[in-house]
Amino acid sequence: MIPESRDVRDLYQDMILEHSKRPENFHSLPEASHKAEGFNPLCGDHFTVFLKLDGDRIEDISFEGSGCAISKSSASMMTASLKGKTKTEAQQLFSQFQRLVKNEAGSEDHEEALGKLIVFSGVCEFPVRIKCAILAWHAMLSALDQKSDTVSTE
Amino acid sequence: MSTATVSSARFDVAALSKDFPALHQSVHGKPLVYLDNAATSQKPQSVIDAVARFYEEDCSNIHRGVHLLSQRATQAYEEVRLKAQHFIHAADPAEIIFVRGATEGINLVAQTYGRKHVQAGDTVLVSAMEHHSNIVPWQMLCEEKGAHLRVIPMNDRGELLLDEYKKLLTSDTKLVAIAHVSNALGTINPIRQMIRTAHQHGIPVLVDGAQAVPHLQVDVQDLDCDFYAFSAHKMYGPTGIGILYGKKHLLEAMPPYQGGGDMISSVTFEKTTYNDLPHKFEAGTPNIAGVIGLGAAIDYLALVGLDHIAAHEHDLLKYATEQFARLPGVRIIGTAKEKAAVLSFVLDDIHPHDIGTILDQEGVAVRTGHHCAQPVMQFFSIPATTRASFALYNTEAEIDALTRGIKKVQEMFA
Repeated sequence: MIPESRDVRDLYQDMILEHSKRPENFHSLPEASHKAEGFNPLCGDHFTVFLKLDGDRIEDISFEGSGCAISKSSASMMTASLKGKTKTEAQQLFSQFQRLVKNEAGSEDHEEALGKLIVFSGVCEFPVRIKCAILAWHAMLSALDQKSDTVSTE
Repeated sequence: MSTATVSSARFDVAALSKDFPALHQSVHGKPLVYLDNAATSQKPQSVIDAVARFYEEDCSNIHRGVHLLSQRATQAYEEVRLKAQHFIHAADPAEIIFVRGATEGINLVAQTYGRKHVQAGDTVLVSAMEHHSNIVPWQMLCEEKGAHLRVIPMNDRGELLLDEYKKLLTSDTKLVAIAHVSNALGTINPIRQMIRTAHQHGIPVLVDGAQAVPHLQVDVQDLDCDFYAFSAHKMYGPTGIGILYGKKHLLEAMPPYQGGGDMISSVTFEKTTYNDLPHKFEAGTPNIAGVIGLGAAIDYLALVGLDHIAAHEHDLLKYATEQFARLPGVRIIGTAKEKAAVLSFVLDDIHPHDIGTILDQEGVAVRTGHHCAQPVMQFFSIPATTRASFALYNTEAEIDALTRGIKKVQEMFA
């Protein structure tokens, strides 16, 4: 069921709008050791995520491309959250973030780990926008796994 | 019986709107403003009732049973063929083939006529504004045969370049496949003229009429098109049913599309003799309820009058275009001189997906995305558009709700 009472401002919180207008780490990374593309053929959202790994640690991360406010701000905040994290921590944060936007059981246990990413909690009220929120995250995972293929949401 | 209340003197939108039960609901606490008619239109009560009545009273299979219910179902089904014949002014009911929709109609022609007549090195011509359903079947055919798909270009208003079109009609061209009305841009193509030009070179023309039939009076004999495909669900009928019109001599010479029951005269393990038109192309138990619903939709359109509908929608499009001209940051995509009730637009740097979500919250249903016409988006160098598309039941007040919603989007993203 789509809740009747949802408010569009639950989705478009100020921090999300801010990141969509002025995204962080929004550039290519020539010295990247890993990169992958994320593509949503339904709406045309298309991002490339760049990673520079130092051993197991994400030394630098950036992205470029185009998409809606949700996908762009999610990509921006993802890069801000993952800088300095290990591969395992990044994978963990991905699954916590996915749980949050899908409103799956246990998501409330990870509020501390998620930090500012908690602003995406409203996404679960808008089921068709979940893919937007996790597009860049899928690309990031794929880059970590050294898959060079484009990740598609479909 | 339809409940439509129409007089030739007056087009009463409020009364007509009451015929469509789904329109009268609230979404997210706001009255529904349904502006996604080019995707599918809502259904009048008479169509819903006709489908229900078939299942309640006449449900049985057609063309086989000697019992009363089967006779009634067969009669109702075949009566719709006659209605459809008159609806598009075909010369013969055998030229009306029931299919799942415009997409299946086009695939049928590609897989039968196309496979027989298109060979290696030949060309199939489509236009730059086609829906994927009038690109992909031809691409598949061309790939199989080693043939070429060529594209009639358009200008930045979304009008086909007819001089370029003429140059593309060569001795290698075996078929032209064009939309009557573009779903993404609203352009009404000059297909009568284009068909005449193709015929001067002896080239047959298939017309994708999915977006045209709810808005324009179609006369396949006057157009002289060789094939015309359309779907019921965009003209107030049920989903999963549509019509392929084909000239009789072409259909007769074509091999069958699918094998099965109803399309045969006799079957042995050695040889099958195919049934006559139109049954040759209607293998298996068809969507009988859908056909009957389509019949009710044709009746409804006749009762309201396509001329009245076209005039009303023209007024709506004019009003919406004027209102949009006053909105800063809005750019209309598709500004052809001849347009049907489609308004595609982009807004500042705001992604259509965000626009669609916020409009939905205001109760306004629009389509956002590439509208299954990715080449059109590539032509305009945009990832997607927001599209409002109008039907007979829409009003200027609903367009005002749309423009209010757009202002809200702009405020939020300011």
